[in-house]
Amino acid sequence: MLEGLLDRYLNRASFVHDLDPRVKVVNAFLFILSVVLLPDGAWIAYFLGWCAILAVALLARVGAGFVLRGSLVAFPFALVAITLVFTLPGRPLLTLQLGTWELSASDAGLVRFTSILARSWLSVQAAILLTATTRSPDLLHALRHLRVPGLLVTILSFMIRYLYVLVDETTRLLRARQARSAWSAQGKGGGSLFWRARVAGNMTGQLFLRSLERSDRIYNAMLARGFRSQFVTINPHMMRRRDWVAGGLGICVLLLLQFVAHFVS
Amino acid sequence: MPIVHEPVTSCEDSFGHPAPDVLALEVQGLHFTYPDGHVALRGISLQVRCGEKVALVGPNGAGKSTLLLHLNGLLNGGQGNIRVMGMPVIAPNLPLIRARVGLVFQNPDDQLFSPTVYEDVAFGPLHMGLPEEEVRRRVAYALTQVGMAQYADRLSYHLSMGEKKRVAIATVLSMHPDILVLDEPSAGLDPRARRGLINLLRALPITMLASTHDMLMVRDLFPRTVIMDEGRIVADGPTEELLEQRDLLEAHGLEKL
Amino acid sequence: MDTAMLSHIWKEVTTARMHIPDGFLSLPVALAFWVISAGLLAIAARRTQQQLGERQIPLMGVMAAFIFAAQMINFPVAGGTSGHLLGGVLAAIMLGPWAGMLVMACVIIVQGLLFQDGGLLVMGANIFNMGLLTAALGSLYHGLAGRQSKGVRLVVAGVLAWLSVIAGALFTALQLGFSGTSPFAIVVPAMLGVHVLIGIGEGLITMAALAFVMQVRPDLVSVEAVRAGGGRSWVVAGLLIALVVAVLSPIASADPDGLERVAIDMGFEEIAAAPPYEVLPDYVVPLLGETPVSTIAAGVLGVLVVAAVAIIVGRLLRQRAAIT
Repeated sequence: MLEGLLDRYLNRASFVHDLDPRVKVVNAFLFILSVVLLPDGAWIAYFLGWCAILAVALLARVGAGFVLRGSLVAFPFALVAITLVFTLPGRPLLTLQLGTWELSASDAGLVRFTSILARSWLSVQAAILLTATTRSPDLLHALRHLRVPGLLVTILSFMIRYLYVLVDETTRLLRARQARSAWSAQGKGGGSLFWRARVAGNMTGQLFLRSLERSDRIYNAMLARGFRSQFVTINPHMMRRRDWVAGGLGICVLLLLQFVAHFVS
Repeated sequence: MPIVHEPVTSCEDSFGHPAPDVLALEVQGLHFTYPDGHVALRGISLQVRCGEKVALVGPNGAGKSTLLLHLNGLLNGGQGNIRVMGMPVIAPNLPLIRARVGLVFQNPDDQLFSPTVYEDVAFGPLHMGLPEEEVRRRVAYALTQVGMAQYADRLSYHLSMGEKKRVAIATVLSMHPDILVLDEPSAGLDPRARRGLINLLRALPITMLASTHDMLMVRDLFPRTVIMDEGRIVADGPTEELLEQRDLLEAHGLEKL
Repeated sequence: MDTAMLSHIWKEVTTARMHIPDGFLSLPVALAFWVISAGLLAIAARRTQQQLGERQIPLMGVMAAFIFAAQMINFPVAGGTSGHLLGGVLAAIMLGPWAGMLVMACVIIVQGLLFQDGGLLVMGANIFNMGLLTAALGSLYHGLAGRQSKGVRLVVAGVLAWLSVIAGALFTALQLGFSGTSPFAIVVPAMLGVHVLIGIGEGLITMAALAFVMQVRPDLVSVEAVRAGGGRSWVVAGLLIALVVAVLSPIASADPDGLERVAIDMGFEEIAAAPPYEVLPDYVVPLLGETPVSTIAAGVLGVLVVAAVAIIVGRLLRQRAAIT
């Protein structure tokens, strides 16, 4: 149940982990922006972008395999783009005969489809590197400094604090349901669709009420400790020289990518 | 869904009399490691016969809950074998096993996810696809056994802790299990509710395995005790004898009464 | 490709989770929806802070965690598929429209930022499709059914939840179409077709969850309890609905081969050739052409303008009311 929900942060000491979170957030965002701006078929630029990812992963001692595995999450979505291969006009590469239907894959379609996949894949890896090297409180702090509305950041802080608590609670609920989801010896079972949906809805309602009560308890506990609607941190988050250098270097790489994509080859 | 195995044995002989020598539960060399690398079970072997009431004690983190979750296949994937009423606990058998092993969780709120007591107790029988008449009969039977018959239409959400525990037990009794497996049954109960629960469990004519920290309940209720620590069984024997061994108890974070 | 991956794909395709990853939307589309979402969130944040006290902050945080966790609760449907909750309508019914929008936005931000479920650059679009749009639909509930019998209220909630999934899918499809990632003629009917079915699960779970709360804690879902969130939020909710209708109507009213015409009129060569780094690609500019797509785009723009005017007027009226 919890696979894929485990905290992606990797507890390592590295140059990348140590950078100011603002630099990492801004650079990751700009990297994705820059990748999305790369034209179709800019294979060299895609490759260079991947090299940049690998370099950061190496520097952060995160491991290319970790990044690679995580980056597969975007692939189901590729289904929506695969139709391009058959609908974009171009030189036909392959023709499939499905009954009276004729599907022909074009070179232009294939280039566009692969390019979308490549850009998406690079973007996801950048996002993974960001989460793998930045603790969530630091991430939130960076957002606050980057002028994301304070209310939103505070809600996010509470959310992340109780995320795993509620995910655990849900897992136990699901487990308790599963433990009683038996079939009779005659091989019957499962109930009707509506009944199953109602049970899921009941669990949701149950979880809702418990969450509501929990938030009341949290508020009282906060008041008891003198909370005044802002989380404070002892981490000062000062931009040091190396943060500026890393940020600048990152932007140079992005400019290089654009240059290669548009003027080389 | 093909059911490949039938229960091989029964706790009743062909005349409907108790058959105390039959193995209800058999665990052999069970190992389990959680995905995060935590090793929870390091070779558990355990046999429970029909009609036995067995206590499972040991410090937090000893692996008690992990073992209980294995008994109806909620956790799996480690080494070793488990058999319930002669049926191996493997994926194709799980739909049947879950009716044989009634698992009562520590927090009754997890178990009671329906609005009313009645609906919760009916969940198991309904999921088994039993006819409505049979479901009603079983709910009435289960609620009567835990002394909550007049609570059928109440909202589970507003029950007291002790009442919730009783209903949680009823939710599995309605499936007519062969073995009742309880995780910390007396945790969080006030003395009167606890006493009531112990009396209830004593009166239930069913094979029972319960993990607990409540040594008084162990002495009162369970003739046999199994001590677990660090994923292993360190002692298994008559409760009276084990509770006398101060060194053994203290070595595993327990206290002599 | 191994079976785990295949089952993962199957799961993604058959649930209402339509998180768009980065790379699938063009920059103009992604940025446009960032602007729309950021604007709506700013309004929502201000409203929530005015209407609700400090107490609501932990409440909304825990509720966001609740929606995140509730999305894990599933029920088997058939053939290995399962029904899931998206939760936008439920959140809006329970918390009111503005708080519901904030909570849903937080869910999608965390999914994108911490779990790579949905991209960063396209987050604005994801927040709009799955958060703002769904919560806006949910906020219609109190107006439509607030004083009706329990049965009617449940049905209204269920239908709204069903519609919310369809609306989210429609916008996802349109964004993909405008980005040149998938031809309109394929992606719109495909997404709508699949989500008309998937939305049923959303409707059923939402109804059941609401019924549970009505039965166990009726005080929480009475008309009075949710008054706090009502009022002018209606304007925005209504307008968001109008937006959906504006988008749907040309498609619905177009002749049977309307969608094919979309594809032809759009001209695939142009999309393929159009460099995606242009800020305004060719096919967005001639909005006044007579294709259904430009009708849709014009409709959307029109509704947005009306929305902006309505909000400004609403604020002015309120200020005057406050003075007198």
